[in-house]
Amino acid sequence: MIPLQAVTLALVAAGGLAVVLARDVVRQAFVNGFYGLSLVVLFLVFQAPDVALSAITVGSAAAPLVIAISIARVHRRERKR
Amino acid sequence: MSRRLRTGLFLVGGAGLWALLGWAFAGLPAFGDYHGVYGRLVNRDSLGQTHAMSAIAAVTFDYRGFDTLGEDFILFASVLGVALLLRQVRERDVDARQAVEESEPVRAVGAIAVPAFFLLGLFVIAHGYLTPGGGFQGGVVVGLALVLVSIATDYRSYARLVHKSLADLVEGVGAGAYVAVGVGGLVAGSAFLESFVSRGKIGELTSSGTIALLSWASGLEVAGATLLLASEFLEELLARRRR
Repeated sequence: MIPLQAVTLALVAAGGLAVVLARDVVRQAFVNGFYGLSLVVLFLVFQAPDVALSAITVGSAAAPLVIAISIARVHRRERKR
Repeated sequence: MSRRLRTGLFLVGGAGLWALLGWAFAGLPAFGDYHGVYGRLVNRDSLGQTHAMSAIAAVTFDYRGFDTLGEDFILFASVLGVALLLRQVRERDVDARQAVEESEPVRAVGAIAVPAFFLLGLFVIAHGYLTPGGGFQGGVVVGLALVLVSIATDYRSYARLVHKSLADLVEGVGAGAYVAVGVGGLVAGSAFLESFVSRGKIGELTSSGTIALLSWASGLEVAGATLLLASEFLEELLARRRR
């Protein structure tokens, strides 16, 4: 394992932990987006550019969008009560 | 169950889990060690057989083209499910005056980013068998480039640009085209999804036979699915009436 691979693996582990430790859902959605981006770097470093492209589109664009919209919807419903 | 009993149970279970995990990790092959036969065969033969420079495209759209057909329809069915659940919101209930982006820098960046990402998505679909990429990744990029319009400006501009019936059509045509290319193999006298188009010269945009056609078909399907998904979620968010 080259040092770059070890560093990115550690980054992904730290990112996953950060997502779990974030208590506020909006912040958690943001942290989750960055975690998705760290996975992209991981796949790229391990020479899987196709998977990296999929991870960019799903993990750091599509999924955060759906999460953000859902959070906004739930927040508004709670405010109405 | 008392607290002490639960803690005891956790300690025993946790120790067992760690012991098994440690045992499993000790038996793993060395880092970077690869024993697969299939991967070696693909690396050796795929370029000569399919004329696709990306071995991954050769696997997803040729050797395992039937699996990709299944995945295409999984996405199709799940978007259908989302539409069925969320389409209780009628279009006249949507209050498009909400969530209008008024920041000039955001609108300016959006005006540059939307066409750039749209073009990038088409590029990724078109070159999937030459470089990393392909129908799925490019399709999501194309779809999200248009969704960006609703973020950078407002929902009304987005709805004017992307009619839901158009997204329906694009998704359906994409999924249908994939099956049609498969049936084309049968019509040409070989197997379902067998390439019936000339494989062309390696490295050119016209190479790799049906891999290119299938890549475009799934690109259309995924782009349509992304747009439909985003439209349904955005409408749900902006719905005026509460149920």
